[in-house]
Amino acid sequence: MNALELHAIYKSFGGVPAVKDVSLAIAAGSRAAIVGPSGSGKTTLLRMIAGFEFPDAGRIALHGQWLVNESGEVPAHQRNIGYVPQDGALFPHLNVADNIGFGLPGKSAAKRQQVADLLERVALDPSMASRWPHELSGGQQQRVALARALAQRPRLMLLDEPFSALDTGLRAAMRKSVAKLLAESGITTILVTHDQAEALSFADQLLVMRQGELVQAGSPRALYLHPADEETAVFLGDALVLSALIDHGLAYCDLGQVPVHDTTRQGPVRILLRPEQVLLTPLDPTQVAMGRAHGVVSDIDFGGNTCLVTVEFASAQGQPRSVVVRSPGIDTPAVGSKVGISVQGKAHLFA
Amino acid sequence: MTAEPAQTLLQTATGDALYAPPVVLRVRHHGKRPPLWISATSIGLSLLALLPLGFIGVIAFETGWATVSELVFRPRVGELLLNTLALVLLTIPLCIVLGVAMAWLTERTQLPGRRTWSLLATAPLAVPAFVHSYAWVSLAPSLHGLPAAVLVSVLAYFPFLYLPIAASLRRLDPAIEDVGESLGLKPWAVFRRVVLPQLRLPICGGALLVGLHLLAEYGLYAMIRFDTFTTAIFDQFQSSFNGPAANMLAGVLALCCLGLLTLESSLRGNARYARVGAGSSRQPRMQRLSVRGKSLALVLPICLSVLALGVPLITLGNWLIAGGADAWNGAKILDALQQTLLLAGVGALLTTCAAIPVAWLSVRAPGPLQRLLESCNYIASSLPGIVVALALVTVTIEFARPIYQTVVTVLLAYLLMFLPRALVSLRAGIAQAPVELENIARSLGRSPAQALWRVTLKLAAPSAAAGAAMVFLGITNELTATLLLAPSGTRTLATGFWAMTSEIDYAAAAPYALLMVLLSLPLTALLYYQSKRTAGR
Repeated sequence: MNALELHAIYKSFGGVPAVKDVSLAIAAGSRAAIVGPSGSGKTTLLRMIAGFEFPDAGRIALHGQWLVNESGEVPAHQRNIGYVPQDGALFPHLNVADNIGFGLPGKSAAKRQQVADLLERVALDPSMASRWPHELSGGQQQRVALARALAQRPRLMLLDEPFSALDTGLRAAMRKSVAKLLAESGITTILVTHDQAEALSFADQLLVMRQGELVQAGSPRALYLHPADEETAVFLGDALVLSALIDHGLAYCDLGQVPVHDTTRQGPVRILLRPEQVLLTPLDPTQVAMGRAHGVVSDIDFGGNTCLVTVEFASAQGQPRSVVVRSPGIDTPAVGSKVGISVQGKAHLFA
Repeated sequence: MTAEPAQTLLQTATGDALYAPPVVLRVRHHGKRPPLWISATSIGLSLLALLPLGFIGVIAFETGWATVSELVFRPRVGELLLNTLALVLLTIPLCIVLGVAMAWLTERTQLPGRRTWSLLATAPLAVPAFVHSYAWVSLAPSLHGLPAAVLVSVLAYFPFLYLPIAASLRRLDPAIEDVGESLGLKPWAVFRRVVLPQLRLPICGGALLVGLHLLAEYGLYAMIRFDTFTTAIFDQFQSSFNGPAANMLAGVLALCCLGLLTLESSLRGNARYARVGAGSSRQPRMQRLSVRGKSLALVLPICLSVLALGVPLITLGNWLIAGGADAWNGAKILDALQQTLLLAGVGALLTTCAAIPVAWLSVRAPGPLQRLLESCNYIASSLPGIVVALALVTVTIEFARPIYQTVVTVLLAYLLMFLPRALVSLRAGIAQAPVELENIARSLGRSPAQALWRVTLKLAAPSAAAGAAMVFLGITNELTATLLLAPSGTRTLATGFWAMTSEIDYAAAAPYALLMVLLSLPLTALLYYQSKRTAGR
């Protein structure tokens, strides 16, 4: 059952297309993340779903009910879609309680209990109710903004980079608690972000946008391991993209033989390996003799728990090449040491 | 709007009635459009505002080209044009410099008693322009011509620039100044390159307001014997009640206003002035002043206060003492006071409400149509009160006899004349309320009208109040239109004052002037405190 469906949404600003024929479907109760570099049209798409902008062409339906089609559009205030923007956008003239109660009917005294419940749901102290927005930290402002959007029991929740203004530690914690909260409430959610790590960890369904187009959609795992093209592969995480020759399910590349999923393909291809698939091993002369790849550590980028190790080696054609490999910080080989390179798992083949 | 086809479509599209819609698709063509009621009100208001201009046009057409060119292309018009131009070109820059300097001193430095100086810089608004010139003429009877006109105009009108500039300076996010400094700019360069550009909106708006006043004011220049278009038109009207000569002069004056508007509009630009970014802004930093700096900085506010407040008040005091108790003819003055209060209160409320849709449209959906509508309002209000009044006289006699010589017509004239006061202020206020907040309110189920009322207007309330107070002050001190349009028996403080000074009975006029000042003072103070209060604090 799809909660939200977009059919061929097109939108341009002053003749420059911002969103080009995007169609997508989001399952009820799921969490989707739209991810893409800035300027990819993801925020425009979100604002069209919210009803702040109207598409030039295309249709939008929520729970089978048209929000936008050829004959018109439902205005934002009748859509019952929650929206949390990047900076929270709390009303500066209202205190926390009045901000949260803004969308609720009735006098502010009558809303007190509902506001208290909402504060509890977003893990804020009840004493916060009388604070002013400028007295809150960034994380607290975001929680209030979320509570305010939750108050109206939205049919869909839109999060427009709500965590990007927070510091790293808080960001991960907020992301987790928001995801949990929304899952418990069973609210279908769309998160827009340019941070791929955030998108990967938050979503059930990942949608990658680039230059106004929807490039690929699927589960985060599937997209990470099987991206449609090299740009998506690089966008979703560190990637080793290599040229290879395929023969009977084995890719012959600079790192040796790597098994691939697709056993039907033959000939020259481009393959993808994630750095965590590549392991550095102490150099073993017997393996060198068997043709296993090996090289010399040329640089180490210390990063605490994991380090990025650059290994230089000679390619099959004899040219010098290098790969960057992740290695546990505790067991990093020294610069200048010789190491063997082994690949775990299968490589992904680009079409 | 037609909702039925949308519903039919909905049922066929979903196939079944499982998800019966709680909402109806509003049939509207693609694109972001302002709500209908806002556009409709704006257009209606603008058409109304075009009435006086249309009146001039029709009269010009009926008079015929030969007579028109004969009336317009003559040395007298050139002379008036030069006078008016010189007045505008000298007064506005002086007002801008004074306004920015005073705003900076009172808002961003540790000037001793800066609250008091801020109040004193606002206070000249409480003294009607013609009372300023009454004071200067009594002080130095030989004062006349361009220098006198510039002096009195600057003193009477610079608060129109000071107030919006000070309000914007207060609201400015200090972070952008910090950033400017961190980019290696010296304090003066920060002010010039970061702060001043942000003040463009209030400076342009305020300068336009002052310019329009210079073009439309009658009493001030009549008293110090300086000929502008408006005084010439007034003289023409007095000699020949409704003659084409005056109408043609008014036509040239309208062209001048059009020039001012075009200039302001091109200078204003369409940059975004709302604060962009997270959270609420901090308190601005204050420029430290040394003891010498403080005494130096005090020179400007002291001089300004002596000239703009001291002179009128001392002269007024002298006349009040000279007139003694005899000048206070109780019943007459009390009646004038009551009538003034009622007219100004109702007029201010009406005008501010009317300005809301126009101001909203101007900030949220700027476009050629909106510029046109706004220009209509400005042009109408920049016409001298007497032209608006005579247009209304003619039109009400011809087409709306029941409201001829009633309060309705007077209020209509006030609305047309003082709309820009409310508009300039409201526009600046709405421009500083981020559109995102309105969007959020709509996503929380509030209709566009509710979002406007509960968010944007609440945030713009200080500006709206400032605008309303400005309108109130304007009406309290309005002279010519009231003289012409009010039902017989109406006597406001301004018309009472003018009647007395026309008889050269300066002592008898003093109580009226004093009352006008006293009446305006609390409002000026209110204006001052309202503009001090920032959102949520």
